[in-house]
Amino acid sequence: MKRKSRFLAIVGVVGFVFLYAPILSLVIFSFNESRLVTVWGGFSTKWYGELFRDPQILDAAWVSLRIALASATLSIVIGTVASFVLIRFQRFRSKTLLSMMITAPLVMPEVIIGLSLLLMFVAMESLIGWPGGRGILTIIIAHSTFGAAYAAVIIQSRLVDMDLSIEEAALDLGARPVRVFFDVTLPVIAPALLSGWLLAFTLSLDDLVVASFVSGPGASTLPMVIFSKVRLGVSPDVNALAAIIIGVASLGIIIAALQLNRSSKVSQQ
Amino acid sequence: MSNLPLGSRIGAILGRMGLKGRTLVIAIPTVWLLIFFLIPFLVVAKISFSVAAIARPPYLPIVEWVDGFFRINLNFGNYLFLLEDPLYVAAYLGSVKIAGISTLIALVIGYPMAYLIARSEPDRRNLLLMLVVLPFWTSFLLRVYAWIGFLKSNGVINNFLMGIGIIDEPLVMLQTDFAVYVGIVYTYLPFMILPLYANLVKLDEAYLEASADLGARPVTTFFTVTMPLSLSGIIAGCMLVFIPAVGEFVIPALLGGPDTLMIGQVLWNEFFSNRDWPIASAVAIVMLFVLVIPIMLLRWAQSAGEGEAQ
Repeated sequence: MKRKSRFLAIVGVVGFVFLYAPILSLVIFSFNESRLVTVWGGFSTKWYGELFRDPQILDAAWVSLRIALASATLSIVIGTVASFVLIRFQRFRSKTLLSMMITAPLVMPEVIIGLSLLLMFVAMESLIGWPGGRGILTIIIAHSTFGAAYAAVIIQSRLVDMDLSIEEAALDLGARPVRVFFDVTLPVIAPALLSGWLLAFTLSLDDLVVASFVSGPGASTLPMVIFSKVRLGVSPDVNALAAIIIGVASLGIIIAALQLNRSSKVSQQ
Repeated sequence: MSNLPLGSRIGAILGRMGLKGRTLVIAIPTVWLLIFFLIPFLVVAKISFSVAAIARPPYLPIVEWVDGFFRINLNFGNYLFLLEDPLYVAAYLGSVKIAGISTLIALVIGYPMAYLIARSEPDRRNLLLMLVVLPFWTSFLLRVYAWIGFLKSNGVINNFLMGIGIIDEPLVMLQTDFAVYVGIVYTYLPFMILPLYANLVKLDEAYLEASADLGARPVTTFFTVTMPLSLSGIIAGCMLVFIPAVGEFVIPALLGGPDTLMIGQVLWNEFFSNRDWPIASAVAIVMLFVLVIPIMLLRWAQSAGEGEAQ
């Protein structure tokens, strides 16, 4: 048994090194003086300065941020309603259809989602004149659709675990269903809403493929700009950008984990 | 009254209000997903049967009104073209091969990691799980980019190996299929570990002890007890890696070479470079058919996993 656990420990260490070594090297070389990304030429923060003077990157970051904020919020609304309907409502005619449609985006290759939505937007435009060109709005719609699928996974598992008796007590006391939903259900599932929102936000900020299909002239997202830069070869300012994104994400995760730890300890007491 | 499920009670109350609220609530996500998920597939299917043209949009309508007659431009040529041109068949086979091999590698790496996490102390478990998930929250594109710096000829790995004198000349790793395997395994490893972990953490150790008591060696126990019991987790993990990997575009585009043929890239080029929307649509429809069996396997594994949990 001892030998087996040592084997597992080695695999574990190798596995985590595999997961983290590339990320760490990105961060380390973002402080590299030299233009050659992989040869150390002394410590410097000049690529960060370069990054913040690049109008193309700053514009794209602003576009991406607005899209991510809007689509994460929409994702949560659609994902919550879909989850509530699927978990709490008994049989209704379109239940299987809805359950299939909310999970399918999770496994659909991005190229297919992107192509199909673009063709839909084009067809809609020639039929009803909406959405009138492609850009930020069409990206928000596309991201909300797959963001809702991810959010629904998290929210559904929270709704399944939730104690039904609280909702029932509120109903017995005469509260109307809509009020029960907003005053009882929503506060209880709030942590799931937050993690669902964060997941949808991250996915939107990160998406290259779907956005490239449904975007139009003048709406370049951050991943689109990074992709065109990276295709030409490695560049140190992309490393600096990566280090910032990794830093923010890690900080967020650590705060969330500490918060979760504390609340689970509180609920145990 | 309190024995009735909540949903039906809400339904009953809404029923008194004339059913409108309930229908409206169901309609919000259903209509959204119909318009922005399901119907788009029908549009793709329709366009895959139309003729490409230099127009806006760049294809001919299937039904046209010409000189007092309906003209139907139903065209199976796009599908025939996919069959005839060896490029497409090779790209489909290449994608399935690359995705399949990457899935196996991810399973070989991910299974022991999931097992390790599931068997560690509950306090450490959450930390280790967080470490598995954390890279997923940073940018996918930038994590693929990180491997360019690792694999290129004057990259981190080659510099290290030459520095300690194992090799004299840099190994060619970037722009090869090898780099694509590394990239896919790297980015999709968490999708393999999480369902395996969820499955293995429920595994009752009494089975393993019973097997050991009956004289089975650890390896035998693993292949006859642990692995069969975690089958639904294995299938779920494999499909969660395989399905997106088949249609992958970013990884072959950044890490692959000129001979790397994957169908996601072909679709991208048909659409963006050739502007041939009907062919791109046909490529997408065939890709969906290729993925039908893996998607059904995934659904089976997920419902089997839920069944075990109850």
